Amino acid sequence: MEATQATPVKYDMDVVRWFTIAAVIYAVVGTLIGVYVASELAFPFLNFDIPEITFGRLRPLHTNAVIFAFGGCMLMATGFYIVQRTGATKLWSNSLAWFTFYGWNLIIVLAVITLPLGLSEGKEYAELPWWVDIMIAVVWLSYGFNYIMTIGIRKTSHIYVSNWFTMGMIVMITYLHVVNSLAIPVDWATSYSIYSGVQDAMIQWWWGHNAVGFYLTGGFLGIMYYFIPKQSGRPVFSYRLSVLHFWTLTFGYVWLGAHHLQYTALPDWTGSLGAAVSLAMIIPSWGGAMNGMMTLSGAWDKLRTDYILRFLVTAMAFYAMSTFDGPVMAIKSVNALSHYTDWTVGHVHAGALGWMSMISFGAIYHMVKKLWNTEMYSDKLVNVHFWVALIGATTYVVAMWVSGIMQGLMWRDYDEFGTLTYTFVESVSAMHPYYVMRAVGGAIFNLGTWIMLFNVVMTVRQAGAVRGVNAVAAKA
Amino acid sequence: MSDHDKIYSTKFQDSIERSTLLMFVLTAIAVAVGGIVEIVPLFYLPNTGMCQNDPTCNGTSHKDLQGNAIPMDKIVWNPTTSAHKTLADWQPGDGVRPYTALETAGRQVYIREGCFLCHSQMIRPFRDEKDRYGHYSIAEESMYDHTYQWGSKRTGPDIARVGGKYSDEWHRKHLKYPRDVVPESVMPNFFFLDKNPIDKVKTVKTLEVMTKMPFNPVPKTIYTDAYIAGAAAELEGKTEMDGVIAYLQSLGNHVKFEEGVNYRD
Repeated sequence: MEATQATPVKYDMDVVRWFTIAAVIYAVVGTLIGVYVASELAFPFLNFDIPEITFGRLRPLHTNAVIFAFGGCMLMATGFYIVQRTGATKLWSNSLAWFTFYGWNLIIVLAVITLPLGLSEGKEYAELPWWVDIMIAVVWLSYGFNYIMTIGIRKTSHIYVSNWFTMGMIVMITYLHVVNSLAIPVDWATSYSIYSGVQDAMIQWWWGHNAVGFYLTGGFLGIMYYFIPKQSGRPVFSYRLSVLHFWTLTFGYVWLGAHHLQYTALPDWTGSLGAAVSLAMIIPSWGGAMNGMMTLSGAWDKLRTDYILRFLVTAMAFYAMSTFDGPVMAIKSVNALSHYTDWTVGHVHAGALGWMSMISFGAIYHMVKKLWNTEMYSDKLVNVHFWVALIGATTYVVAMWVSGIMQGLMWRDYDEFGTLTYTFVESVSAMHPYYVMRAVGGAIFNLGTWIMLFNVVMTVRQAGAVRGVNAVAAKA
Repeated sequence: MSDHDKIYSTKFQDSIERSTLLMFVLTAIAVAVGGIVEIVPLFYLPNTGMCQNDPTCNGTSHKDLQGNAIPMDKIVWNPTTSAHKTLADWQPGDGVRPYTALETAGRQVYIREGCFLCHSQMIRPFRDEKDRYGHYSIAEESMYDHTYQWGSKRTGPDIARVGGKYSDEWHRKHLKYPRDVVPESVMPNFFFLDKNPIDKVKTVKTLEVMTKMPFNPVPKTIYTDAYIAGAAAELEGKTEMDGVIAYLQSLGNHVKFEEGVNYRD
């Protein structure tokens, strides 16, 4: 490392800056759409009898916006940032990175147009039409190829742990996207999966769970392994634990998809296998969570003053919690209750709001300071954002846990005459207060993203002003 | 020299971390295994609804209470052996059949409107689900469902066996303005389906595509050339609402289930 300091590397950070800005904007937009669809379930008049904004068409827009727009730009921003800094090298190709930037954002624009029009392939998190799927494959490969080639030209001897996780994600998402999206087009708008029934269900949840496992977990663990040590100024707690974390997760996570299909028409062994491996995954997940948190050992006092670190550490707490929640839900007798209920939605959002978003917000604030070489416009607002996000996420998750368990219990309840106690619609109306609470929690969380947007915009403007002043001073 | 040559783990792990290629290849292998183990067997094991060109569906054999095998053409409709030879003649209980042209058009609307986000089509083998929805779903019942529609969430009830439970008129009212029929419902109003004519070109092309699927294509003995040629006429004057209702009414009554028989092994 000493050697590289003597001749400072000129990194390609412009594209990272733009990916970061895009991620901040998509965080606002994606969660805003989420608040709206949540409100539609609480107050159905909000569908306003406009086909383009009914729940069935907007919900995929919400999931695509948060996963692919916010999550994707986040992964690409941090990916390109980390791979350069840990390898002490520029990107393999700066132009290819810009191609990735424009391509990915074009795909997001197309999603915003096609999903409200009802162009859906009928698979959750893979709704986009077939020709957009082809574009996704091309742009994703441009990102992956550039990333891996940049690892290849690194100046350091070893590949840093963040890059293992990101590389694993790149490979796995390529497999998943290609295999799950295979379809025969009928026309430009409609296509049908080449698989049907049982096989299609298994492939869909192999995709569905690993989009979570690799895209939203693996990729974000890459963020965790870089930004927690950087922000806290401490080395990763245990190198050996990260080796264990990486290989067990990489090998094991892939098996979990089957736990979405317990007690369905699939052969029983698939669900049981998925459940068994899901339980085993507590070990690497908690190992990783401990590894992140214990990185702070000896520096816990920093939490009092460093608001960015608060985001990062809280994210690890949520990561630990949802990787406990998940395996519990994969146990067959629990799944019998939790499947088809809001518990699943609560679990997903514990991960998405608590873990994925929190680690992202922390990384964004850290990067913005470095990328624009300035302090935040307001550290106080970072703290406000932290508390708003935490309160919002907790409100949301608690509402969904309660409503989910209540739904499950109502559906299976029998009265003393041996008949079902509740009609289905009674469970629907019982959900109303929780759906309102969920929308409120989401709105609070969304408010936090607006605070971040304001703070980041002001920081960038302030940095521009300072740079101008410096330039004048240098001339004189 | 710095400590970059020191090995902190094992020699093997250290050499992986030093080589982009090695790390790439090993990762690519590690992430492939689980998917292969769980997915590939579903294409050749029995009881997975994989019935293409194979009347036994990979050797699936459901046994009745006397221990006699139930012939697979009782589960999956086979126009050659069945008394009912065409889609128009097919009767509930004849076995799993692909969708008619009108139902196919309705199913496309069902997918377009994201109905699967709130309604599951997969009944699990539990007492309460049997009482609420009917017999548990079996693999063969969705074998023609390219893009399965099992769903993952029941914001509304399961509709795997909704066919025949309500009248067409009820469905029409309910789909148009759900809260006119069920006041507590949170379903959006789909009144506009009544105004949209069915896209005939798309539907006929869909039927053709379904016969060309690499897995579980619709046999040409069912979607005959004559049937596909006559499909446009069947759709004449029909709205998307008619299609969706036809699709819903077709769900779940294909197989005649015998009491006490285990269809899951």
